[in-house]
Amino acid sequence: MKRRDFGYDGVSRSIFNMDSNLSYIQLSNVQVGVAAALIVVNGAVSIALRLGMGKLLLLAAVRTVVQLTLIGFVLQWVFAIDRWYVVLALLAVMTVIAGVSAVRRTEHRYAGIYANSLVMVWASSWAMAAVAVSLILTDAGRWYEPQYSIPLLGMILGNSLNGVSLGLNSFTQQLVDRRDQVELRLALGATRWEAAHGVVRQAVRTGMIPTINSMMVVGIVSLPGMMTGQLLAGVAPIDAVKYQIVIMFLIASATAAGTAGVVMLGYRRLFNRRHQFLFDRLTSTED
Amino acid sequence: MVYAPHLAAQSGASQYVAMVSATPLVAAENIGRRRPNSHAWLLENVSVAVRAGECVVLVGPSGVGKTLLLRALAALDPHDQGDVRWHGQSVPSRQIPAFRRHVMYLSQRPALVAGTVEDNLRLPYSLNAHRDHAYDPARVCDLLASLGRTDDFLAADRRHLSGGEAQITALVRAIALDPEVILLDEPTASLDRQTAQAAESLIDQWIGREPNRRAAIWASHDPRQTERVAGRRIEMIAGGRIDHTGAA
Repeated sequence: MKRRDFGYDGVSRSIFNMDSNLSYIQLSNVQVGVAAALIVVNGAVSIALRLGMGKLLLLAAVRTVVQLTLIGFVLQWVFAIDRWYVVLALLAVMTVIAGVSAVRRTEHRYAGIYANSLVMVWASSWAMAAVAVSLILTDAGRWYEPQYSIPLLGMILGNSLNGVSLGLNSFTQQLVDRRDQVELRLALGATRWEAAHGVVRQAVRTGMIPTINSMMVVGIVSLPGMMTGQLLAGVAPIDAVKYQIVIMFLIASATAAGTAGVVMLGYRRLFNRRHQFLFDRLTSTED
Repeated sequence: MVYAPHLAAQSGASQYVAMVSATPLVAAENIGRRRPNSHAWLLENVSVAVRAGECVVLVGPSGVGKTLLLRALAALDPHDQGDVRWHGQSVPSRQIPAFRRHVMYLSQRPALVAGTVEDNLRLPYSLNAHRDHAYDPARVCDLLASLGRTDDFLAADRRHLSGGEAQITALVRAIALDPEVILLDEPTASLDRQTAQAAESLIDQWIGREPNRRAAIWASHDPRQTERVAGRRIEMIAGGRIDHTGAA
């Protein structure tokens, strides 16, 4: 396996380009420009149907180019520096952004929701990434190998963030909508768990369903982005599939752990030891 | 049927009867609750005691804190000062479900779960706190009959119930569970006059059958009802306090 024995020369080293016999077509800036010009199709649709989305389209196009270019430079820099602490710092930043974004989409929040989200996104994603690095990708050499750790954690984070976000949103939304039912059970003598477990169960299910759905249709309805990327980079389909299978299970376990964990933390935050439902702790973001 | 384990353990049965009349079944002692993130009191320094055999009427205008006081008595909300006592004792956290099974709060807008009236009446028996007794269909039918409902009512779907029928369901559910104290929050607000009076006498008879261990607090803003429901009056005034100046 040839990895570090050639100079760092920009895009020619794809993150999956671990074998010297891999081949892919390098894109020139002009070629990328041709693709970017396709935005005129969107523009034409907007004008023809008077969607009034011109400004939005322009912004989206500019953001796509700017954001991806920036992350490209960052990744190139991190790959070139190749120090564990730089990689770790980048992973930490990605995790914090994921933890915060998970809360962004919730309609009802409570004090401590950001901390709960951050803790569970962090714990679930890093635990699964650690399993991957220490038990599966054992040939990677160093644990922080940026070529593996960054895309791996990125994919896990993206999905775990989704589960945590859906789980939290369902949990708090149900507690608002079904407040009287929760209160009723408590008033009849239910423990806090008896009163809340229906809501907890539904919230965890909601968080996990997208992952399970994607596992059901993967390969039939669509080829996952990572696998597509590997195929483009010249990896043999069977090898790409193996990677994808590993990733799917890492994602599923991280999502389950993160979703269940964050809902339980929320439960402990909103139901105290005296079996009281602390509804006042819930605030609506629409206020 | 152990309804006061700590008392029953300490004293003989004959002593117990004497103690019941002296020790309130449930009492709020100097209870206070602040508005969240504020210093304003929702309830301030309220003390209320309910003894066996009593039917206390809690009166006062809307928004004065009657609901909060009833909820406080059932330990449903955290409070910032004071204590709630059950047979003279503080209630430790692990006993809260057992406490609420005996000191039962009925919301003004009764919550019903999806399903039929019978599903709703059976609901509590799935809870750990009620594992010592079972749903009694004969008893339930008697209770429904006293409120002018036939057995067909049991099969009615929750979605088709009127506000009054929901209140009847909640009231029957609570009485069938045979608590010590029922905390009634405007229990007849949606009932027609005839059914409201039937509910009043149902509560009255329920206490009357075991006056040594049963009581009720009845929150109402209807002056005619508070006249009819015999018993001591507690008047709440603005600021979540109790009026000690009046005839209370």
